Amino acid sequence: MSDDVASLSANQMDALREIGNVGAGNSATALSQIINRRIDMNVPRVSIVPLGDVPDLVGGPDVMVVGVFLRVYGKAPSNILFLLPRDSAFYLVDMLMGKKRGDTQKLDFMDESALMEIGNILSGAYLNALFNFTNISLLPTIPALAMDMAGAILSVVLIQLGQMGDHALVIETEFNTDDEGIKGHFFLVPDPGSLETILSAVGVE
Amino acid sequence: MPELVKVGMADAKVGTAPATLISYGLGSCIGISLYDPQTKVGGLLHIMLPDSTQSRANENRAKFADTGIPDMLNEVLKLGASKSRLVAKIAGGAQMFAFANATDIMRVGQRNAQAAKDVLAGLGIPIIGEDTGGSYGRTVSIDLSNGVYKVKTIDKGEKEI
Repeated sequence: MSDDVASLSANQMDALREIGNVGAGNSATALSQIINRRIDMNVPRVSIVPLGDVPDLVGGPDVMVVGVFLRVYGKAPSNILFLLPRDSAFYLVDMLMGKKRGDTQKLDFMDESALMEIGNILSGAYLNALFNFTNISLLPTIPALAMDMAGAILSVVLIQLGQMGDHALVIETEFNTDDEGIKGHFFLVPDPGSLETILSAVGVE
Repeated sequence: MPELVKVGMADAKVGTAPATLISYGLGSCIGISLYDPQTKVGGLLHIMLPDSTQSRANENRAKFADTGIPDMLNEVLKLGASKSRLVAKIAGGAQMFAFANATDIMRVGQRNAQAAKDVLAGLGIPIIGEDTGGSYGRTVSIDLSNGVYKVKTIDKGEKEI
């Protein structure tokens, strides 16, 4: 495969969507059990977008978000980014810490730690499902967290891709709690060379 | 209302007063401006990486400091700027996530800032304003009517460099 991802076939896109589906489904179940709420999940979006357009997937480069970032090691190195609009992150902290909705107005050390743990659990659930599906074992690093503009946070992933090409392949799932209080975006962004490994593991080359 | 021109990631725009050039949400990237105060011609470039020779995908020259800056220089000269009057300002180059064992790619912000300075020095263009480093995002803009370069952040306020 060339270094640019712009040439994927419909079959390949379907296979990636299915991977996103099982991975995010598992993550959504995990999150739902932690916060004891139903989570709705959309059909994963598999998109190949110019690097500069990726921030638009979450509302634009200057939208304020909380991002939990994990680097994934193994046969198919990737990046995972779990992005929550700021208000969603605050509400999630309220739930995790047993506070009233609206109590959290900024993140202290414990809040950040709780959100990183959520990122950890979601990633673990996602990668486990991916393993069952593809037999590729992937291990995430400990998470890192930042609250800032979406463009700035996404640039961490986009710059890595920028060395290899001008497009990003993103497998993205949107989560919503049943009361619409929490909206989150879960991104799996395979390194350019990893795509081939993932696709051949599911028998679509 | 003066024209507001958006500069995307790995993109450059040039223009003349009264336009304002703006780039949103820079993290490790750098926003490099060139400005000629007499003709009020200027440009804003949003680079992602320091060096095009280290990359397999270098068709988009605005992605890199080493190719993007000379290209922008040519464009502002075409609009009537004089090289001897040009001044530069740079902002960005943050490290958004702190990792215990930060790899090279995590420190790309620092390398971007250094590359921007080296390239500008090589071209003989003085840097008269700088706001780089830190661990936070920046939205940057340059007002071509007066050369004011604004840096907006979420928690660290807004400043002019």
